[in-house]
Amino acid sequence: MSPLPDPRLPAGPIADAWRRTRAELPLISPLRKRQLQVLVVGTGLAGASAAATLAEQGYRVTVLTYHDSPRRAHSVAAQGGINAAKNYAADGDSVQRLFADTLRGGDFRAREAGCMRLAELSGGIIDQAVAQGVPFAREYGGTLATRSFGGALVSRTFYARGQTGQQLLYGATAALLRQVAAGRVTLLPRRDVLELITVDGVARGVVARHLLTGALEVYTAQAVLLATGGYSNVFFLSTNALKSNATAIWRAHRQGALFANPCFTQIHPTCIPSGDPGQSKLTLMSESLRNDGRIWLPAIAGDSRPPQQIPESERDYFLERLYPRYGNMAPRDLASRRARELCNAGHGVGPGGRSVYLDLRDAIAAQGRAVIEQRYGNLLEMYARINGEDPYATPLRIYPAPHYTMGGLWVDYQLMSSIPGLFVLGEANFSEHGANRLGASALMQGLADGYFIAPATVTAWLAGHPTPVIDADHPACREALALAHARIDAVLAAAGDRSVDGFHRELGALMIERCGISRTAAGLRAGLAEVAALEQRFHGEVRVPGTAEGPNPELEKALRVVDFFGLAQLMLRDALAREESCGAHFREEHQSADGEARRDDSRFAHIAAWEHRDGGAEPIRHAEPLTFTALQPSARSYR
Amino acid sequence: MTSQPPVSPAAGPRRLSLSLRIWRQDSPEAAGAFHTYRLERVSADLSLLEALDQLNEQLIAAGERPVHFEHDCREGICGSCGFLVNGQAHGPQTATTVCQLYLRQFRDGATLTLEPWRARAFPLIQDLAVERAVLDRLLIAGGYCSVSTGQAPEANAILVGQEQARSAFDTATCIGCGACVASCRNASASLFVAAKLAHLGQLPQGQPERTRRAQAMQGQMAAEGFGGCSSNLECEAVCPQEISADWISWMRRESRR
Ligand SMILES: Cc1cc2nc3c(=O)[nH]c(=O)nc-3n(C[C@H](O)[C@H](O)[C@H](O)COP(=O)(O)OP(=O)(O)OC[C@H]3O[C@@H](n4cnc5c(N)ncnc54)[C@H](O)[C@@H]3O)c2cc1C
Ligand code: FES
Repeated sequence: MSPLPDPRLPAGPIADAWRRTRAELPLISPLRKRQLQVLVVGTGLAGASAAATLAEQGYRVTVLTYHDSPRRAHSVAAQGGINAAKNYAADGDSVQRLFADTLRGGDFRAREAGCMRLAELSGGIIDQAVAQGVPFAREYGGTLATRSFGGALVSRTFYARGQTGQQLLYGATAALLRQVAAGRVTLLPRRDVLELITVDGVARGVVARHLLTGALEVYTAQAVLLATGGYSNVFFLSTNALKSNATAIWRAHRQGALFANPCFTQIHPTCIPSGDPGQSKLTLMSESLRNDGRIWLPAIAGDSRPPQQIPESERDYFLERLYPRYGNMAPRDLASRRARELCNAGHGVGPGGRSVYLDLRDAIAAQGRAVIEQRYGNLLEMYARINGEDPYATPLRIYPAPHYTMGGLWVDYQLMSSIPGLFVLGEANFSEHGANRLGASALMQGLADGYFIAPATVTAWLAGHPTPVIDADHPACREALALAHARIDAVLAAAGDRSVDGFHRELGALMIERCGISRTAAGLRAGLAEVAALEQRFHGEVRVPGTAEGPNPELEKALRVVDFFGLAQLMLRDALAREESCGAHFREEHQSADGEARRDDSRFAHIAAWEHRDGGAEPIRHAEPLTFTALQPSARSYR
Repeated sequence: MTSQPPVSPAAGPRRLSLSLRIWRQDSPEAAGAFHTYRLERVSADLSLLEALDQLNEQLIAAGERPVHFEHDCREGICGSCGFLVNGQAHGPQTATTVCQLYLRQFRDGATLTLEPWRARAFPLIQDLAVERAVLDRLLIAGGYCSVSTGQAPEANAILVGQEQARSAFDTATCIGCGACVASCRNASASLFVAAKLAHLGQLPQGQPERTRRAQAMQGQMAAEGFGGCSSNLECEAVCPQEISADWISWMRRESRR
């Protein structure tokens, strides 16, 4: 059993610790940088910002993405905004407050030094984005506008209408393309990274499949960065883009990278619900709707009357009833859990009884349709387009959906995984959000990782490890190639007649039931057996048409689903081992008499970091203890 | 925005049957042809891409090669999807990418002809999928502000009027789907380039490189063999982000600056 690596946390007070750490990190001469080769996988906010910055500093950077263009990374879909402790609204915000909100929001399951660094770097991200030409919303006087988001008491969220992720991504990818023009970045789109190459336990390259020719290619370098996004698609239906997947981090895990807190996944309460079994995704509706919408269900279970015919006295505004202080703005996990419980009890509406009403009637009556239209027009138009219902006349129907994964590859304070030379950025790592992420903080984290942290720490690694780049015919490369070939051959050889999607849907349904909003030991154990059985059936019954040559989208899907099977089992194990309720992880056994989560700081104030073992042996759970000096863990209360 | 008839949830989803006449072509070298497939009684609540998912399930079960089409976010923002539906880029609904086109737009028994973007600049990959890397090459020519990480001044040191910010945003929303090029009879990339020039050219941050950027991107557009603009406005009509073709006139003035 290999011990948990040193997380390399800074000594002394956490405030300003990053500046002190940075000041001590070794540097590399500009001349030397030009000879050093770095691989970046992913062009989302984290990958594009890291690749651009490393290239600006002089490194030779190779960037791989399975998309045809860097602009299509899933970050493009982020709507609401990005947090930064600029205190432009002069409403009492500060670095200290953003730090505290992040740590509290994560329910004290994140490293305090990491949260502090994130808050300290947040302002610089906005400066950088503005200089690139990101068209953030403005006040009349021309200064930047902010809004309050996700129940925050201060206005610290910067936004570009409902397309903040798109605009930030275009800023970062423009910076990346500028480096392509400068000849410092080699951009390789349509490459699916399938395997990590290590030599003596150090990351030295990747194997990628060219998605048009089908050829397997080897890329080697002196450092490898994974910025490959989150794994919510293990649930099949989620708010993520359909191709978002876990393969890069899962293969790295299989090569020795520890996987941290895999069961910490966030379910977003306001999404367009599923209807037909053929539905392929769940679209997020901005949470801002909860500012004006009232959430309710029929008080009588099984009431099938249209909403307009249900009298006021027979409506249960359950969030207002249960959380009078917060009402419809109750935190994401509580709103999601209560909705699920009531739907399970037969109060749900819509197809299959799997949605709740979000009603704008009272807001329209009080403020007028024009005001509501001005505030949410785009959003409501999208809803009407997808659902075919008129949200001004009929309450919207919403339901919680998997949205974000706090878990990911374990990294130390320098964003290096337990495989030396392998760095992990953005949603793909486990950092800073603990057991629950605040709204508008993912974009902030991805860009802090990419613009500011990784460029400094990758430099430090390269300064200390001047190993040459290995040749493409090095035995380690041939070994990794053989692994990828074997996986491709295995799925192509399966002699069944069922589609990959069919199995993915089944896996998703199972995971949402067993490892979704609410979890029990019995359910998690059953889930483990069910996923293993499904995985076995997959290998016997799936059909992947076509060959390994040329484009083959079904093959791409099959390889991803195989990895989701492995990850799903690790998530179930992790949820089973964490005998407490914290943040988005709710274990029914661990709740108070009135149904609130019960965290157990005496036994679980730690990060769970899982080690893979070959040959089907059970993975090993390591624990990295969390200590708190700047803010003491407190229980949350929303009643 | 096309408005839709509200459907009462109690009524249950409408179902419809469709004939899908789809361009099938194995590879750029192979000959292509239309093949017609039937979809029986699918829910009107599915998107067109979800209908293609269903068709692909059937093809896989029958041992045939599924239809290749590009997609990812399925919410109209990544710009991956795009093909012609009955001759129209992204189909009949305005301001809508094809992933956001729902079957309730069509009547029962309708025939939908699906074919790839037809433009020399977008070589065919397979079936409905084409290569649009040329759009990135246009951006590489100059679609950015040259500011490296760490060089940025304090954000509020740059003031941008609300109206100016809004207008810059409107042009910055281009998702790079290529519908404008595919719908233009000259296969011109004018709207794509104009949108990027207008986004940066309207902001103070974009001023230092404004002239150079305009020349570089338009030069690249010519070098890539795109046609010129003859003001047919098809691009504007199909743009899912409703970017105005007035920006093309703006771009013309820009090159005379
Ligand atoms: C609908 C929606 C709305 C959101 N809204 C907000 C918001 O308002 N505010 C906020 O802070 N956060 C929001 N989030 C969360 C946030 O958008 C994401 O967490 C963040 O953008 C992830 O960025 P990333 O760079 O880590 O990964 P991504 O943007 O997912 O990029 C991953 C990249 O890796 C590449 N890749 C992955 N695997 C491979 C592989 N094997 N081989 C090659 N390439 C690979 C992909 O091609 C892609 O380029 C939202 C999320 C969703 C789903
Ligand atoms: S799939 Fe992303 S825009 Fe259509």
